[in-house]
Amino acid sequence: MSKKIPVGRRGFLKGAAGAAAGAAALAGSAPALKAQAPERAATPLPSAAMAAAEKTSPAPRVDVYTTDRPGADFMVDVIKSLNFEYVCANPGSSFRGLHESFVNYGGNKAPELLTCCHEESSVAMAHGYFKIEGKPLMVMAHGTVGLQHASMAIYNAYADRVPVYIVLGNIQDINFRRGDVEWAHSVQDAAAMVRDFTKWDDNPVSLSHFAESSVRAYKIAMTPPYEPVVIVADAVLQEEPMPEADRRNARIPKLALSAPPAGDSGAVAEAAKWLVAAENPVIVAGRSARTPKGIGLLVELAETLQAPVQDRHFRMNFPSLHPLNGGSIANADVVLGLEVQDFWMATHSMTPINRLGMESKPITKPGAKLITIYSGDLYGKSNYQDFGRYAEVDLSIAADAEATLPALIEACKRLITPDRKRAMMERGAKLAEASRAARERDIEQAAYGWDASPISTARVTVELWNQIKNEDWSLVSDVNPFFSGWPLKLWDFKKHYQYLGEHGAYGIGYGAPAAVGAALANRKYGRLTVNIQCDGDLNYAPSVLWTAAHHRIPMLTIMHNNRAYHQEVMYLTDMAARANRGIETFNVGTGINDPNIDYATMAKAYGMYGRGPITDPKDLGPAIKDAIAVVKRGEPALIDVVTQPR
Amino acid sequence: MKTILLAAIVLASAAFAQDATGNADNGKRIFMKNGCFECHGTVGQGTIAGARIGPPPLNAQGLIRYVRRPPGQMPAFTEKVMSDQELIDVYTYLKTIPPAKPAKDIPLLNDLRTK
Repeated sequence: MSKKIPVGRRGFLKGAAGAAAGAAALAGSAPALKAQAPERAATPLPSAAMAAAEKTSPAPRVDVYTTDRPGADFMVDVIKSLNFEYVCANPGSSFRGLHESFVNYGGNKAPELLTCCHEESSVAMAHGYFKIEGKPLMVMAHGTVGLQHASMAIYNAYADRVPVYIVLGNIQDINFRRGDVEWAHSVQDAAAMVRDFTKWDDNPVSLSHFAESSVRAYKIAMTPPYEPVVIVADAVLQEEPMPEADRRNARIPKLALSAPPAGDSGAVAEAAKWLVAAENPVIVAGRSARTPKGIGLLVELAETLQAPVQDRHFRMNFPSLHPLNGGSIANADVVLGLEVQDFWMATHSMTPINRLGMESKPITKPGAKLITIYSGDLYGKSNYQDFGRYAEVDLSIAADAEATLPALIEACKRLITPDRKRAMMERGAKLAEASRAARERDIEQAAYGWDASPISTARVTVELWNQIKNEDWSLVSDVNPFFSGWPLKLWDFKKHYQYLGEHGAYGIGYGAPAAVGAALANRKYGRLTVNIQCDGDLNYAPSVLWTAAHHRIPMLTIMHNNRAYHQEVMYLTDMAARANRGIETFNVGTGINDPNIDYATMAKAYGMYGRGPITDPKDLGPAIKDAIAVVKRGEPALIDVVTQPR
Repeated sequence: MKTILLAAIVLASAAFAQDATGNADNGKRIFMKNGCFECHGTVGQGTIAGARIGPPPLNAQGLIRYVRRPPGQMPAFTEKVMSDQELIDVYTYLKTIPPAKPAKDIPLLNDLRTK
């Protein structure tokens, strides 16, 4: 029978080698103890300081261990009032209180927490989601390291006029920072890092302040031009009990979104006069379709005027096979730009990269009148230069284009005489014939390289179309110019969710997470989401594939695996040709080969269906068919297709 | 006199290039090694970044002239980085590429015409 030895404080310290306080106290006295009692070196006696400490009274007990009402619960009430479906986050200690409240107080519903493995993925998912759903997602991140990860994706959203609602965790009060990690993760002004490319931010110091600023932030984000906003959720406010004063007084303000600004009626009338009188008007659409209604309005304007539309594909603005899709700015006598961020670029040419020097000149003919309707004129910042060059125009209407189109259409209709109508119909017939001829050329061109390996991007486009054309499909990736724009030439785009447009600021790494976010939005509508995925882009944060698998987000991903950062391949060749040397080095620092990346295995590693690499074009159709069957079961699937460079 | 001489040289040069035969295998090697395929596609099918050149729409002299002083976005390649003979070899390779089948003979492409 063993003898029981009571374990007092001294005995506990003997055994608690890992206890930091004990270890530190023992460390100082160890050599002396060893000299006095070598046979007991493994169980040293307490130091004089420890013995003294044992005789003193213990520290007063802190008797508040729990609360049934942490401040984060109220924050969740505020956030729920804004009707977010999801909140994307990579978990972080500075918002652990909010995280817990979302799950246990909020029931992990509306919003539901989505586990992301990188803050760049969180924001880009919100970016893609908005472009389908038309409302923002919430993102949570550390105010320091998380926001640093997220920043590129925030800049993309900013440049693409997409609202993302970002809540940052931070420990403002130094007395609450427990250890070096929390000091390193704390910041004086968290939003400062992204203030140049967010529309508004605040750092609330009370819960009622949080409520008001959160509602204000949402309203600002959703007033055109849409932009990301930031709210800092202080960790002490999250974790400590809701103060008595707030329990009595805190309320959630009512949200009323601002009606988007429509153009001045006189300016709209003048624009209508010019457009109706024009012999060759051209409409240039940037982000004209801010909502699904925008497509129909642009079609109505184009058909009213029988004017061609040049869609710059920052949104799904205009049906791809509409007979008025196309036209030439060079022949235009009036050019109308609708939400065109780079209107100067749309109307000018510059010296190509293959020649030294720089000269720019208008591509419009002398005397052509230029009109812009652009909400960007109502808001701007100076540091980041996404606003483009100053556009010299004849009539500038600072307004939201979609909100202005109904008045512009009506003004045009009032001015159209039977003579003008006849001229317009003749023009429309010529444009329709030109559009038909262009499509015929595109179809013939797609035949070139049909059986090539690596597989031509045209072949991939047509094989995909064959399998999805009878589905309710949604293409959620940027294919222009990365995929030679083939889907935009060959597929029949009609609906707002069938094309997302571009990155915004061309920050690579956007594609895969934006596609997952868009697929998330499409899920509840049962749409077949298709993502043509550039290989270089996926490699920034491929873990978003796991997020798709984990949250059962169905999406067909077709790898555009050209095994290079191809845009840079071409730039490197340009530079070598300029320097008149070494043109064969294009793959150094640009290639993503040797070893080739096995994307099917990567997909499987993240828990989703993977197939490939497919190099024979004959194998592509059956592979797509099988993968679509997987997607229709509610899962993501990926096919690795080894493709031509563009 | 000087003008006539220059014209004669240009014509002779053009005749040389048109008649010159190259090495298709070497041309394909150069086409890949120098990255021509990056914009024009591995079988010269053309992309958004480079014109269709397989089979070539120009004669050899036209190809050389184009490569030396391209009018569009394509970089200019001098004799120093790609010789005339190498370009003739590339041209010879491009000539070996058969024309595409008409789209009407490819069912998936022909189906696009129904819309």
